[in-house]
Amino acid sequence: MTKAEDVGGIDRGRRRLIAGAALGGSSVLMARTAMAQAAGPLVPQSMLEQGQPVVTPPYGVPSKFEKDVVRRPTDGTPTDLSSWSFTPLQDLHGIITPNGLFYERHHNGVPTIDPDQHKLMIHGLVERPLVFTMNDLMRFPAVSVIHFLECSGNSLSEYGSKPAANVQTSHGLLSCVEWTGVRLSTLLDAVGVKPEGKWILAEGADAAAMTRSIPMEKALDDALIAFGQNGEALRPEQGYPVRLLLPGFEGNMSIKWLRRLKVGDQPFMTREETSKYTDLMPDGKARQFTFTMQAKSVITSPAAGGMIEGGPGPVQISGIAWSGAGRVKKVDVSVDGGRSWSEATLDGEPLPKALTRFRLPWRWDGSPTVIASRVTDETGYVQPTRKDLISERGNAYTYHYNAIAPWKIGQNGEVTNAYAAGA
Amino acid sequence: MPMLQEHKTAAALAAVFLAASTAAGFAQSAGKEGVTKTELGSTPSDDMMKAWNIDIAPDGRNLPDGSGSVSQGQEIFASTCAACHGEKGEGGEGMIGGRLVGGKDTLATGKPVKTVGSYWPYATTLYDYVHRAMPFNAPQSLTPDQVYAVSAYVLNLNGIVPDDAVMDKETLAKVEMPNRDGFVQMDTKTLAKTTACMKDCTPLDVSK
Repeated sequence: MTKAEDVGGIDRGRRRLIAGAALGGSSVLMARTAMAQAAGPLVPQSMLEQGQPVVTPPYGVPSKFEKDVVRRPTDGTPTDLSSWSFTPLQDLHGIITPNGLFYERHHNGVPTIDPDQHKLMIHGLVERPLVFTMNDLMRFPAVSVIHFLECSGNSLSEYGSKPAANVQTSHGLLSCVEWTGVRLSTLLDAVGVKPEGKWILAEGADAAAMTRSIPMEKALDDALIAFGQNGEALRPEQGYPVRLLLPGFEGNMSIKWLRRLKVGDQPFMTREETSKYTDLMPDGKARQFTFTMQAKSVITSPAAGGMIEGGPGPVQISGIAWSGAGRVKKVDVSVDGGRSWSEATLDGEPLPKALTRFRLPWRWDGSPTVIASRVTDETGYVQPTRKDLISERGNAYTYHYNAIAPWKIGQNGEVTNAYAAGA
Repeated sequence: MPMLQEHKTAAALAAVFLAASTAAGFAQSAGKEGVTKTELGSTPSDDMMKAWNIDIAPDGRNLPDGSGSVSQGQEIFASTCAACHGEKGEGGEGMIGGRLVGGKDTLATGKPVKTVGSYWPYATTLYDYVHRAMPFNAPQSLTPDQVYAVSAYVLNLNGIVPDDAVMDKETLAKVEMPNRDGFVQMDTKTLAKTTACMKDCTPLDVSK
């Protein structure tokens, strides 16, 4: 992803904006006529000539018309090796993130690992230290489960004075896929954890040798040693050939390129759980081991950085909700800046620690307003407002931002982050 | 990794043998009992365990032999660390490495400067992290003596150890970090209303 392509994405948005502004003085009828005229010949060329043969290419890629649906990098890090890129939430449907659009957070680049050479060692306070090849791991009983993964720094821009301009940047350190792997509890059963074993150090085979301490309770609950992602092998960016997955916990704990698990009697106090990924409170004390990603939701269409195209009329509000504590119970949507709320429809039965798609039809009358969503999870936790969140945590907290995200709708249909400058 | 030999334990071999002979003589087994605990995986060799076991506990357990002084650390820092962290660990706008020094008494000011000196609770983490992940372009390239020396220098820049300090597995584990008690262990603080207002609610705090 280059800067030029990034700017290209913004240009596309601006062109839409200009087109929308040009229609601003016209009636809806005139707008519809203009759209019909732009619709092309009565019999499309695609019906007059043969298409492409099979395996063009062998590994399928999206239509060329979807070229702007890409991950976009942050411009906030001085190196692209310890950096991150955002999932284009505004362009996605449903709850599953395509593998090529899964957000990235690496601490020293993406390693190239030959699965035939890769090994996972489990040692420390265990009866039988063991080392597993990928072949060994794949011979254990496996399971496929759908879970989101969210960077603890997702939406960190919203704490401060420069909130993000679009939903990809404000909420895109979030993805959700079907993972396949072996329960960590199965492997721990194989090595035999000693009674004094309470924490597990997980270590990656990357150039950061990324390490976090995992509480035994989580390891024995729903932790997964994952090698599959949406039906295929993990992508290199997500930890190929094998990673840890801790459903509902902050993303960096789900160590990628997993090579070592060491059982200990206390947390290992690695750099990533002391100097980083701790939450500094206004009184100067920092919260440590704040694992759970709490309930959060965001409207992805229409969303900040986009447009309501075609003027006033029916608009399908759609978005995603999730909770690291379990299932989404309900999502409410406001179209009047939070004065009143309506319960949205959920797509099917919500899955635990997975994205849930919500929808609400709306008739936009063309006047400026503010729309927002608010999730309640099965524990009864209600997504807080930004005001409540910051009054409790201050602005230096950095991680775990999960407040309601209000989008401002302009008279011309432009959608902006209601907290961003100039909104 | 050919130099790191692995060998099956006697127990694992016995389990495999039993499973094989059962399968040969009778029907294939399926269902929950299909995989027994010791069938898969092999016992790591002592060499492998030692080479992979690089983490350092906060009480200093697993720190290796070796030592390094503040003055030795200053030389290594200048050639290996300063390009990303600044000559004296001061960091700065656009520098790849973070600021390592200063920030004393800033954590409660609303404009906190989090450094090794102001924020890190354990000196042992410095050894662990520098060894596993630094320098950024050549991780795990420093010897134990060099890692001790760099640790000594960074601690000295923060005024935590004196100019003549020498760090080794005894002295590093005894260093008391200023922010040692600055952390509260807890999971994410619940900030929840019990009900979600539906009508006549307080509007969101956005300007219209």
